[in-house]
Amino acid sequence: MDRILVGLKRVIDYNVRVQVKSDGTGVETDGVKMSINPFDEIALEEALRIKERGEANEVIAVSIGTSEAQQQLRTGLAMGADRAILVTADGYLDPLSVSRIFLSLAEKENAGLVMLGKQAIDGDNSQIAQMLAALWGRPQATFASGVTLDGDTARVVREIDAGLETVEVDLPAVISVDLRLNEPRYVKLPDIMKAKKKPLDEVALADLGIEAGPEVKELSYAPPEARQRGVMVEDVAGLVAALKDKGLA
Amino acid sequence: MAKVLIVAEHDGKTLNPSTAKCVACAASIDGAEIDIVVLAAAVGDIAAQAAEIAGVSRVLTVERAENEYPISAILAPQIAALAGDHTHVFGPSTTFGKDLMPHVAALLGVNQVSDIMSVESSHSFKRPVYAGNAIVTVEVAEGSVVVATVRVASYQAAAGGNSAAVEAASADVALPTHTRFVGLESGASDRPDLQTATSVVSGGRALGSEEDFDLIYKLADALNAGVGASRAAVDAGYCPNDMQVGQTGKIIAPDLYIAIGISGAIQHMTGIKDAGTIVAINKDEEAPIFEVADIGLVADLFKVVPELTSALS
Ligand SMILES: Cc1cc2nc3c(=O)[nH]c(=O)nc-3n(C[C@H](O)[C@H](O)[C@H](O)COP(=O)(O)OP(=O)(O)OC[C@H]3O[C@@H](n4cnc5c(N)ncnc54)[C@H](O)[C@@H]3O)c2cc1C
Ligand SMILES: Nc1ncnc2c1ncn2[C@@H]1O[C@H](COP(=O)(O)O)[C@@H](O)[C@H]1O
Repeated sequence: MDRILVGLKRVIDYNVRVQVKSDGTGVETDGVKMSINPFDEIALEEALRIKERGEANEVIAVSIGTSEAQQQLRTGLAMGADRAILVTADGYLDPLSVSRIFLSLAEKENAGLVMLGKQAIDGDNSQIAQMLAALWGRPQATFASGVTLDGDTARVVREIDAGLETVEVDLPAVISVDLRLNEPRYVKLPDIMKAKKKPLDEVALADLGIEAGPEVKELSYAPPEARQRGVMVEDVAGLVAALKDKGLA
Repeated sequence: MAKVLIVAEHDGKTLNPSTAKCVACAASIDGAEIDIVVLAAAVGDIAAQAAEIAGVSRVLTVERAENEYPISAILAPQIAALAGDHTHVFGPSTTFGKDLMPHVAALLGVNQVSDIMSVESSHSFKRPVYAGNAIVTVEVAEGSVVVATVRVASYQAAAGGNSAAVEAASADVALPTHTRFVGLESGASDRPDLQTATSVVSGGRALGSEEDFDLIYKLADALNAGVGASRAAVDAGYCPNDMQVGQTGKIIAPDLYIAIGISGAIQHMTGIKDAGTIVAINKDEEAPIFEVADIGLVADLFKVVPELTSALS
């Protein structure tokens, strides 16, 4: 296989306690730490391992968003991606449009694999891989916790509700990755220096000639209903009594 | 008027309870007419179970050898072809529905709404984002078909007792062969199913080993409960992946949830937001889980869990 495309979304870091803005227009992002979506780091790590095994020639990191996503792409380059593409778009983009962007890049770059996260931890949508596969007319293997390549096919172990499912797909294909697939490598300082010289191309969304999907409008944001702190019991006898009180034992 | 098509989830023999939960969600759309579509290699028993769900008008069936396994690239084109005059196409937000419904949406040229937790109107819904730290109200354009997954933990299964009409449907579409089912390694046990159990006992990293995780199974058996786990416990290999509860595991809503040696990370808590009573056992009184637990016990689990098991046996 020649190329692997990897999606790296810039999202609020998973350690941040996300707060809804008081006017309900979204969540606080001012001064908030941003990172690569954790699943996407795993997707990139897997792509790099495939390349290191000699099963692919080039790994291309792709991000769609504001120019600030350059930071996440530079991190991806430091991890080992060969080059990066930033599709600049301001504001909210619906999943179907994001999928159309990935389709256009997958075709242009003649990708053998597109590796994405199983979900972006901002919108928690879990849609892009499935939509891209539908638009591209190629296989999808979502929630991957094991990937092995064999010539023109890939064997993917998927984490599903019933356990671990194995599917075989013909390449090119779209894979979305789950957390247990691998542990992403740490970026070392010399790699960060080297990454500065790697190509990072910017393309404006308008230049790709992509038609926006019929949007799902976000009307308002609200904090979730909070649960209250309950009672503390001293010992097992207290716990059993409290459960009996509630009719639970 | 709303006409909802619900994609049945099943294992080839039995209908998954997630389907009746999707019906409950669809029924909260004013005046909705509800159809279920069953795609399987043998539809008989599954269709009969679907026909019993209260509120269902018709059960459409597509019996094809290719439908033996739930491969989205195979199911989605058939569902898109059958969507016809339906205004809504719903599936459960289980791994089955999450894998399938965005594929259906893209074939229909629309966006998808993930994890509906409440219906505000026929085209507007509430859903969780940021691991449940925010709830967003979304609106699908009027006149656009609504393709969505239903957050099953937000709904009680619709009742039984119905006898809806069962009709064979045909979806004459070419199906790809590029994706092949190889096998399923199932952690299936005799214990109540995690997603539908009325009580669930979960263990975390503190259990320390696969052998000691047995303490969790024993307590669960005393309560006839399902068994769950934190991601840390699954990652460490104490138990299988299908037991993970949380943002990237299962979202559950049992009447009773007992978390043992689990710190209460936001990604875990988002999976049990709708639980009735949360009990936490943790040796650290500062553990975040105590901020949301209804009953808390600060103690060493290795001491108190065996005591609790014998007290409840
Ligand atoms: C993108 C993403 C998605 C994630 N999705 C999930 C998910 O779906 N589900 C999930 O669970 N996690 C998820 N996580 C991981 C989550 O952030 C936490 O790391 C994880 O939940 C911690 O598991 P734990 O509570 O078992 O372990 P720890 O946080 O290590 O907690 C162990 C607890 O055990 C207590 N303890 C230790 N010894 C004893 C003892 N002898 N007796 C009693 N108590 C004891 C300690 O005080 C501590 O509170 C996700 C993380 C990321 C980044
Ligand atoms: N704006 C984006 N830029 C780069 N990759 C993205 C973007 N949006 C989604 N993706 C990829 O698609 C995956 C699934 O996202 P989602 O379907 O939005 O939950 C993510 O984990 C990324 O790999």
